[in-house]
Amino acid sequence: MRHNDNLAAGIDDTIQYVTVIIGGQLFGLPISQVHDVFVPESVTRVPLAAPEVAGVLNLRGRIVTAIDMRKRLHLPDRGENAQVMAVGIEHKGESYGLVIDQVGEVLRLSNDSMEPNPSNLDKRWAEISGGVHRLDGKLMIILDVGRLFGAMFEPMVAA
Amino acid sequence: MDDLLSEFLTETNESLDVVDVELVKFEQEPNNAKILDNIFRLVHTIKGTCGFLGLPRLEALAHAGETLMGKFRDGAKVTPEAVSLILSSIDRIKEILADLEAAGGTEPEGSDDDLISELERMSLAAVAGGAAAQDEPVAEEEGVASGGLVEQVLERPLRPGEVSLDELERAFREAEVEVELPVSAPVSEIEADAEMEAEAAAPPPPRAIRPRVREEEAAPRESAEKGEKKASVSSQSIRVAVETLEHLMTMVSELVLTRNQLLEIVRRHEDSEFKVPLQRLSNVTAELQEGVMKTRMQPIGNAWQKLPRIVRDLSQELDKPIELEMIGAETELDRQVLELIKDPLTHMIRNSADHGLEMPVDRRAAGKPEKGTITLSAYHEGGHIIIEVKDDGRGIDVDRVKAKVLERGLASEAELDKMTDQQIHKFIFHAGFSTAQNVTSVSGRGVGMDVVRNNVELIGGTIDLRSVPGRGSSFIIKIPLTLAIVSALIVEAGGDRFAIPQLSVVELVRVQSNSEHRIERIKDTPVLRLRNKLLPLVHMSQLLGVGPNNGGQEIESDTGFIVVMQVGSQTFGVVVDGVFHTEEIVVKPMSSMLRNLTMFSGNTILGDGAVIMIIDPNGVASAMASHASSVVAEGERKEAEEAMTSALDGQSTVSMLLFRAGSPEPKAVPLSLVTRLEEFEVSKIEHSNGRDLVQYRGALMPLVYIEASQTRRADGTQPMLVFSDAGRSMGLVVDEIVDIVEDRLNIEVGSDRPGILGSAVIKDKATEIIDLGYYLPQAFEDWFMRKEMDISALTKKVLLVDDSAFFRNMLTPVLKAAGYDVTAVTGPHQAFELLENGDAFQAIVSDIEMPEINGFEFCEALRRDPRFRKIPILALSAVVSPASIERGRQAGFDDYVAKFDRPGLIASLKDLFAGEMGIAA
Repeated sequence: MRHNDNLAAGIDDTIQYVTVIIGGQLFGLPISQVHDVFVPESVTRVPLAAPEVAGVLNLRGRIVTAIDMRKRLHLPDRGENAQVMAVGIEHKGESYGLVIDQVGEVLRLSNDSMEPNPSNLDKRWAEISGGVHRLDGKLMIILDVGRLFGAMFEPMVAA
Repeated sequence: MDDLLSEFLTETNESLDVVDVELVKFEQEPNNAKILDNIFRLVHTIKGTCGFLGLPRLEALAHAGETLMGKFRDGAKVTPEAVSLILSSIDRIKEILADLEAAGGTEPEGSDDDLISELERMSLAAVAGGAAAQDEPVAEEEGVASGGLVEQVLERPLRPGEVSLDELERAFREAEVEVELPVSAPVSEIEADAEMEAEAAAPPPPRAIRPRVREEEAAPRESAEKGEKKASVSSQSIRVAVETLEHLMTMVSELVLTRNQLLEIVRRHEDSEFKVPLQRLSNVTAELQEGVMKTRMQPIGNAWQKLPRIVRDLSQELDKPIELEMIGAETELDRQVLELIKDPLTHMIRNSADHGLEMPVDRRAAGKPEKGTITLSAYHEGGHIIIEVKDDGRGIDVDRVKAKVLERGLASEAELDKMTDQQIHKFIFHAGFSTAQNVTSVSGRGVGMDVVRNNVELIGGTIDLRSVPGRGSSFIIKIPLTLAIVSALIVEAGGDRFAIPQLSVVELVRVQSNSEHRIERIKDTPVLRLRNKLLPLVHMSQLLGVGPNNGGQEIESDTGFIVVMQVGSQTFGVVVDGVFHTEEIVVKPMSSMLRNLTMFSGNTILGDGAVIMIIDPNGVASAMASHASSVVAEGERKEAEEAMTSALDGQSTVSMLLFRAGSPEPKAVPLSLVTRLEEFEVSKIEHSNGRDLVQYRGALMPLVYIEASQTRRADGTQPMLVFSDAGRSMGLVVDEIVDIVEDRLNIEVGSDRPGILGSAVIKDKATEIIDLGYYLPQAFEDWFMRKEMDISALTKKVLLVDDSAFFRNMLTPVLKAAGYDVTAVTGPHQAFELLENGDAFQAIVSDIEMPEINGFEFCEALRRDPRFRKIPILALSAVVSPASIERGRQAGFDDYVAKFDRPGLIASLKDLFAGEMGIAA
């Protein structure tokens, strides 16, 4: 991971992304932000929490807050017994797990292929998207972790 | 910042706190040379170290202060102004130290000439014609203050070889001090300084926190121990960085978790060979945990150090003489908790001084000593520490709180009317009361009390308040000893498990629809009848919005467990589906995304590896209050009603003997008062000396008629109630014994008619309750007199406290009959009044179930007062269970007697006095 980090930082105009699929859509997370990928097991529900909080779980002795990205993106629920994966990230010293459908490959993408969010993108998506990469035959939305959490904390502070 | 400097900062800050305390003490006892020596030595050390480290501003200031104190030692008069001046110099030193720390070792710019010249002026004034030698240091010190020479030292880091000039100066100063004060400057300290200089970069002599505290407390012994102290302290204690301890604690916490996991695994495999070694591991872990915990323990006195100074300043500022009494400073608690409790405590002390205590004029008018007292006490209770801040001021003005509550719209007038004073007091913790200006004009209390409450709750504690108008208020804080590891009850609700901190769990009740504990409803609100009290209930899954039907439905099933919780003075039940076990859990903070959930205080990993949410009792309590405020209010109203009825009947049913005599309406007397029910052949009734008598057990028993119109039967047998006492008996003639019923005795209508206490509804019928005290003397005029005469020399004054007129009327004659001089009052307030007025009683007999202040609280309050610590107090209660007896013992009662157990009461009193006399003899 660290090695990749250096690579990502070393070459100016390319960034490595861990790609994930949420509700059929391809998303990319900058690899430097991804700590691990795991299968979320025995998740404890947290009553009264925001709907996108799937719960808390024990990941090797650390308590991780799981966020259901489908809920976050206002996508329909995946059915029962559907396979899920989670991407572990750190935000301000706390551990979070983004619950997604599937993890894809790691892509090294040049900034050239990146474009800002299209103006007609669903506002709730635009909120957490750092731009769009044009790939062969599909589009990859960049998940901006900072914005993801920013958007999640602010309404709560107000509440 | 180099190590030396940071050591210096820590050390000096500690010393300054001590100086603060000592100075305040010194001001009160200006002639105590020991205190002065102590201060002098500390300031001297600070000065010396500053000089050594090249901190000219600090050094100059400390020096000027030291000079003035030197004058005190030489016998100059100690004036409050001088002490104030030294205190403000110390404050300045603290400021400089803070800047120094922030700047990473560079002394801030600025001049202290104002203070220094003032200090010098005072020193000179103090000497007047005194020692001439004092001028020298002043002059020299001025040179330092303007100091070009130290600047250079500051600009580069300390190099031992280059400070020779400083060292030289230090040597001078050292010598000078030794000449000045050869006797009192503690030699060991100077040696320590010298040693330190010699080693240049070596840290100051290690002095662990604990010995330091002992050192302050044991000031008188100090000089004697001085020689050996230095050796023992340096060899037996080391300074350890707080981070090291914190890390250790974290590791131990993890170890506890792992141990729990292992235990869980072994629990599943009954005959595992791991069992024995694991048991050992478990024991060792527990010991390790305790050991590490101990290293984090500090006496609470550390958090109190600043208080005497604050109180002194406030006392001057407000022009009120205030005494601060501190009890239990050695009580230890976790340093993390200690840090967190410091500010709230300071705040509360300020509040008490500012608003709680009256002005001296008012105090005098109220017949109190002019000097107000604030008592700060701490003690351990279970796994918690209780801190109490108490003042003997005016107490909380309920009416003004009410007015404010109304003005702020926090409650309606109707709601307020139904609240007890205690409930009203609690409004001062309400956020709406926090604006200073408003509050001061309201109740004189509550400036930021909501902040205090929040802080206390933040560390899992609770705060409670008791106030008696005119006598003062006390705030009681209950906090866990440590935050890191708590004992929790694991429960299940709505299919999920939750942890409830044991701190707030009072008991567990199992409910089943057919058992004695069942859930009842007032409108739709579930309540539980628990020992004759109504407990508001809430289903946890409802509270948390989890569970299958997410409504009030599951509570209908009426089975499950009720976790009875107490938060402050609020008690309520939380219905859960299952209760597992208790477990030591390591509280881990929730992620910031979940921190807005007031219902949880954190989460943890259980032995089986699952994450579990920890319930925050305070969150639940406030949710109960707001969630269903209307319904709960109804519950409370019912509770209040019950409390009112219970005021009369002691909250429980009483066996009553129903009979008819004279008139057709039923009459009743408590069965326990009746010695025997007898029927006599009418022919056996004799008439002699104008009254009816029967021969009964070899003696003549006079008969008494309830009403003059009553006639005895012409033939057959005549039923009567026999009352016996000390060999004498009386027969109360009745027409018919109707029944014996268990019912609440609730005298609703009082009576003016002699012989009748009043009317109560018993078995749905209005029934007259007869006053035995009226009839007994009719049989023997001297029924109450004779024994009093016999033992008049031994007559003891007994105070009877009972809110129920019935029991006062009933027990007063009983006690009188036993030869006591009885004074009956209607409640603790009146009792306090009498006691305050100096009425002496040899014993107090108190009811338990009373409104406002119950018997337990009354007794606890008495026991807290040194004047009443020894007086025998007897509890009288309708509820006598092992638990209540234990509760009574804890409250400080000497004995616990059932309300109708008349012989028991007399015997118990006799025992008390017998014991007392035994001791006296």
